[in-house]
Amino acid sequence: MAKKELAELIGKEQLKSDIFKITMKAPEIVKDAKPGHFIQVRVSEQVEPFLRRPISIYNMDKENGILEMIFQVKGKGTEILSKKEIGTKIDLLGPLGNREFRYDNFNNLAVIGGGIGVFPLYELAKSAKKDDKNVNIYLGFRSKEFVVLEDEFKKVADEFTLTTDDGSYAKEGFAITYLEKDIDEGKVDSIYACGPLPMLKAVQKLALEKDIPCQLSLEERMGCGVGVCLGCAVKKAGTPEDAPDYWHVCKAGPVFEAKEVEI
Amino acid sequence: MNTKINFAGIEMKNPVTVASGTFGYGREYSQFFDLSKLGAVITKGTSLKPRSGNKPPRVCETSSGMLNSIGLQNPGVEFFAKYDLPFLRKYDTAIIVNACGSTIDEYVELCKILNTLDIDGVELNLSCPNVKAGCMAFGNTYEGVKQVTSEVRKVLDKPLIVKLTPNVTDIASIAKAVEDAGADGVSLINTLLGMKIDIDKKKPILANNTGGLSGPAIKPVAVRMVYQVAQAVNIPILGMGGIVNGEDAIEFMLAGANAISIGAGNFIDPYTSINTIDGIEKYMKKYNIKDVNEIVGKVEMN
Repeated sequence: MAKKELAELIGKEQLKSDIFKITMKAPEIVKDAKPGHFIQVRVSEQVEPFLRRPISIYNMDKENGILEMIFQVKGKGTEILSKKEIGTKIDLLGPLGNREFRYDNFNNLAVIGGGIGVFPLYELAKSAKKDDKNVNIYLGFRSKEFVVLEDEFKKVADEFTLTTDDGSYAKEGFAITYLEKDIDEGKVDSIYACGPLPMLKAVQKLALEKDIPCQLSLEERMGCGVGVCLGCAVKKAGTPEDAPDYWHVCKAGPVFEAKEVEI
Repeated sequence: MNTKINFAGIEMKNPVTVASGTFGYGREYSQFFDLSKLGAVITKGTSLKPRSGNKPPRVCETSSGMLNSIGLQNPGVEFFAKYDLPFLRKYDTAIIVNACGSTIDEYVELCKILNTLDIDGVELNLSCPNVKAGCMAFGNTYEGVKQVTSEVRKVLDKPLIVKLTPNVTDIASIAKAVEDAGADGVSLINTLLGMKIDIDKKKPILANNTGGLSGPAIKPVAVRMVYQVAQAVNIPILGMGGIVNGEDAIEFMLAGANAISIGAGNFIDPYTSINTIDGIEKYMKKYNIKDVNEIVGKVEMN
């Protein structure tokens, strides 16, 4: 059940020149939130910037009602958010999304992420690990300077693979190459992915070819975040080009089965 | 203090409604507050048959507002009658169905069905800027509006409100067409046609290239148009366009709106409509106004 909560900002950390982690006290939202859910953040009390910013949950401490989000400064909204001072209250709407990451029926999880898409995968990996799942994590970044959260993800992984496209750090190439190898060795029951569109498309294709259950966390330009404006449309797989039908990321997702969307 | 109004034959406990396309069929926001607090819920634009809407991206933010090109995605009137209407009826609020179509026949067939349902009124959508056929194509001429409204009037006994597009030269003449065709009320404004360009890709952000602008950015245009329409017709006016609080609502009422709608304001805060009701009451207390109807049209022009 989504709620509006004025959450106190209790911590802020700059991870990269344009990437920030914010820590908030949001007990009401955290209570019901699950890995994969997202939050609509109001960055201004005025009407400019107008819309809330959808940001995924990076980490939660349920006992203490702590919520952490990581975001990249992309425009004026995220810039304002990055400048909020400790102690201020931030207007949050959440948890949002009706389908989170689901892993109960699987034991060997492959978690794959790229670039700034890795953030929502941390809570998933952490939570699955706590539930005694075997969690293999594959993260890909463009080059060394973009690598974030390496240590954090390592701690919640049984096996951890890091790649950079240009080989400037860790393994050279794409994370999906290593995922494919592990699939072929029978190490993967299900796949969880979040990242740039080309990566998601490649993971989707691989999962469908190998017939492995796969969940994709999707993004689309969003209005309300709760399912009323029907803005964040994503095409339903198998519906004809001339008469397409759509899911909505905020309502049917944000986590979709790979076989049900055309991205 | 009286906040009750009778709008075009529809009893409302207050003049605050939620605008079509910004509130779905009520379920989503019912998790935040009791819908019975609202004067009325105006549903998502509903058509005779289901519609799947436009390609994404469908929305983008603009200065103090947003553009949308949803394309009237909706599950159709049959689905509404079966699943959404019974849900909405659990609340003590008026239900107004926003009705859209591509042809006059479609509008008429749809309104024949709506006439048989347990709803309080119909808002005829002659103003959606995001679909190829119907809607705004009818809504931007006196003749078009009069023709569709007259045909619908023949089959609809329930209160009939017609929603106008601001994308016209003379909004007052269009409102006159609504009145001349025998409708009970008029609502305005729908969104202003706009466009936003991604300067890196050199392409419009919306897949449909253009979309409807809403939010506080359009409020002064809407207030001006409500005033102009109020001078031209005697039927009640449902005013909307960028309202996010009680002060905004009062502005519309002073300009001549008998009731108001919260639109994109719902997206920035689910409680915008509720806060607007409180804001109107605060204004009434401040100026010792006993009846909310007394505010309507009281602007004194310079």
